[in-house]
Amino acid sequence: MAKPPRTWGLLAQYESAADIYKACEKVRDAGYSKWDAHTPFPVHGLDKAMGDKPSPLPWMVLGGGLTGGTFAMSFMIWVNAFDYPLNIGGKPLASVPAFIPVTFELTVLFSVFACFFGLWFLCRLPQLFHPAFANKAFARVTDDKFFIIIEAADSKFDKSNTRTLLEQTGATLIEEVED
Amino acid sequence: MATDMTAQSYGDVNLEDPVSGRELLIRGNHDFHYVTEAVCSVAEMKLLDTPKPWVFGWMLAVSVLAFLGSLILYLIWEGVGIWGNNNPVGWGWPIVNFVFWVGIGHAGTLISAILYLFRQKWRTSINRYAEAMTIFAVICALVFPGIHVGRIWLAYWLLPLPNQMDMWVNFRSPLLWDVFAVGTYFTVSLLFWFTGLVPDFATLRDRAQHKVAQVLYGIVAMGWRGSQRHWNHYEKAYQIMACFSAPLVLSVHTVVSFDFAVSQLPGWHTTIFPPYFVAGAIFSGFAMVQTLVIPARAWLGLKHIVTIKHIENMNKIILLTGSLVGYAYTMEFFMAWYSGNEYEGFTFINRMFGPYWWAYWIMMSCNVFSPQFYWFKKLRTNITFSFILSIFVNIGMWFERFVITVTSLANDFLISSWDYFVPTWVDISMFIGSFGLFFTLFLLFVRFFPVIAIAEAKSVMPEADPHYHPPHDDHPAPAAAASA
Repeated sequence: MAKPPRTWGLLAQYESAADIYKACEKVRDAGYSKWDAHTPFPVHGLDKAMGDKPSPLPWMVLGGGLTGGTFAMSFMIWVNAFDYPLNIGGKPLASVPAFIPVTFELTVLFSVFACFFGLWFLCRLPQLFHPAFANKAFARVTDDKFFIIIEAADSKFDKSNTRTLLEQTGATLIEEVED
Repeated sequence: MATDMTAQSYGDVNLEDPVSGRELLIRGNHDFHYVTEAVCSVAEMKLLDTPKPWVFGWMLAVSVLAFLGSLILYLIWEGVGIWGNNNPVGWGWPIVNFVFWVGIGHAGTLISAILYLFRQKWRTSINRYAEAMTIFAVICALVFPGIHVGRIWLAYWLLPLPNQMDMWVNFRSPLLWDVFAVGTYFTVSLLFWFTGLVPDFATLRDRAQHKVAQVLYGIVAMGWRGSQRHWNHYEKAYQIMACFSAPLVLSVHTVVSFDFAVSQLPGWHTTIFPPYFVAGAIFSGFAMVQTLVIPARAWLGLKHIVTIKHIENMNKIILLTGSLVGYAYTMEFFMAWYSGNEYEGFTFINRMFGPYWWAYWIMMSCNVFSPQFYWFKKLRTNITFSFILSIFVNIGMWFERFVITVTSLANDFLISSWDYFVPTWVDISMFIGSFGLFFTLFLLFVRFFPVIAIAEAKSVMPEADPHYHPPHDDHPAPAAAASA
């Protein structure tokens, strides 16, 4: 059953934030689209060096917050003024000022839920396996090394040309990632 | 390990700011790998090599927790009569303990959210502890209202759940706001904390030697691989969560204070309560962070990451919030006099010189007078002094809640109903028991979790800047040199 391993992509290792920053600019300018940089911590400005678009997450959070706030206020008015009107000291049943604290809390809660689950949805995580994990050198991505992976699925990918490009960017190690 | 020891003691030295005006947050000449090693070495220690003091401390904490558990069973069996709560003091130690623990739970989110938004980079060395402390403190806090409801098996009545009686909760009551405020705070703090932990769990996963550790850390790391496209979303998410947590942390103690302020009781019915409670919460939270971090940085060998600079900065916040609390105490007195309300006026004179004068003066000396020592840099940067003072603040803030709760209830409008509140042994033991719960969780955290935000600590090092040039351009970068 053992199929011969296919090349999933090329992995290049860099030693510093400055090195991978310059390398990303070169790979971006070469016109690749299916590639990624992997770093132990967020390197500032790397999204620009990669030509990455801004995250759509704030819009998801806005949606979550609006849902939470609207739901909280309308639910409380329905419960305390219509479904179960309870006269307490003759105070108004639909008392908007008294409903503000819970409306605030639920706005925050729903926003943060949208943010948290939206984040993992956008990252397509949890995904416990990834071809790059099979590579020994890649284990240091969460420690002190910086990597660029160009996928074989990219239309511009060519084993020797891509390797030459990565060599020119100052990679200290270039290895194939197998599927 | 000789160099390690020098780096260690280096963290205790109070440095003058170097040329650029800012001293390094991580001391010693270290690379990224060093930070990983320093933080992970604690979690990666073999189970059998666990230091004896930890084992002893954890077993002690678990025993105290078991004691709390048995007391809770006793309470469920016997009813709330085993507490000192009675007319007129119907809110005794349980509410005092609740407010005390919720207050402590404020520093974590304050450090992780507000200081993050203000770009206070020094927070990275202490935010993980503080966030963990927040979560465990809120768990301790939630125990008390949970068991205070009396018929504990009906505690779910706190929530607006549809039921066969066709009844709903009353959303116009501050006690219900509290359920939502504390519940939201706990959930948000937990999600925020977990999000911060994911990249660091990935570090532990990639370094794990043992299969079990690899699988467990692997599951919680969720397959994090440091992808820049992920970091892009991640940083945005972290920012947004911080933006929401900042007003949230201010709202929690505000809502807790409404439990008191919305009532008609003299000494409670004041508009100063929300800001005054929030200042007190931050004050007590930072004191608890000091109490935990000062021993932890020494025992875990992280003195060069949590430096004297961090301790001094926290002491400055303690000085500020302690003085704010002092201002609030004074202003309460002024308002009581200025309002011309004789009940209000009596309550405050009674607090100071009445039957609970001792509690009042413990509160004043611990919370208002003692932080004033921090005007002196010598004392601010003295580690032993900071530790002792933080304990005083913890004691003072417990007494603050005691003074507010008990003095107002014990002597209210009707003299014939006055009484002197005395706690029972169960009250006292349950409070001690809550520390068992807190330290059981905290010690587990310290042993098995990345106690410093590894990825974040790296990102505040000068080498993390993509435009950073090592001092000598003809040599490779320090990180490269170390691994070569």
